[in-house]
Amino acid sequence: MTVDSWKFLPRMMRPTFENLPAIAEPPVWTPLSRPVHRCTIALMSSAGVYLKDSQPSFDVEREKNEPTWGDPGYRIIPSDVRQDQVACSHLHLSNAGALEDVNVVFPIRAFRKLAAEAAIGKLADEHYSFMGYQQAGCESWRTNQGPELAARLKEHAVDVLLLAPA
Amino acid sequence: MLARTVESLGIPTVTVTMMPDVAQKYRLSRIVGVEFPFGSSFGMPNDEAMQLKVARAAVQALEEAGAPGYRLDVDIEWPVPTEVAYRAWQPTEPSPIVAMMLRARRGQ
Repeated sequence: MTVDSWKFLPRMMRPTFENLPAIAEPPVWTPLSRPVHRCTIALMSSAGVYLKDSQPSFDVEREKNEPTWGDPGYRIIPSDVRQDQVACSHLHLSNAGALEDVNVVFPIRAFRKLAAEAAIGKLADEHYSFMGYQQAGCESWRTNQGPELAARLKEHAVDVLLLAPA
Repeated sequence: MLARTVESLGIPTVTVTMMPDVAQKYRLSRIVGVEFPFGSSFGMPNDEAMQLKVARAAVQALEEAGAPGYRLDVDIEWPVPTEVAYRAWQPTEPSPIVAMMLRARRGQ
């Protein structure tokens, strides 16, 4: 099966994405430093998930006032997150799925099972939640949050980051 | 873009995405395509089998990819009629940028 990237995209947006040229920069590549079954894996979602009792929501009010801006910050989500701790702030999609089962954007339960089967080494202790609508060019992600996240991943001895854009 | 930044700083990545064709345009290292609505990259709520199948595909991508641009599409058909799912993932109100574009189109 070949995935149809446009199947659920608003039809008027298809030309914009389909006609995007490939970026000029070369691909980036870091090989795994150890076999997958010995890797520590961290998860990243851009569905705007946050812990409602201990973390601020993403700044949707500023986005409403500045529609070309999106909150570039991130939240730390623990691997023992409970469904009743979860809220979402994302103005570009329905949050219903994540609010019913956070595993649709943070597949912690599935990866915990894979760790139990020794298909992966283990889940990292912390995971990362961003809000996926960003200012064109993602300058803040490139220069601030991206390097900060990479440093945090190294500090926590993470071998692989799995990204699940919303 | 975050995937590229993190990978360039020495952490391997794998990206599970509803738009693998776009991920290829961004020259990501390891791409797993899912034909799911936005906001549901790992599948239906509480469908552990579906979520595990996507997770296994991500592990397969990590095991098999030997060079950037690896792409693996997951063979799962979304179990909701397309026209229903097409509308269901969208926000109840247009996002601010879409609202702004609509106002501009109407000349407001």
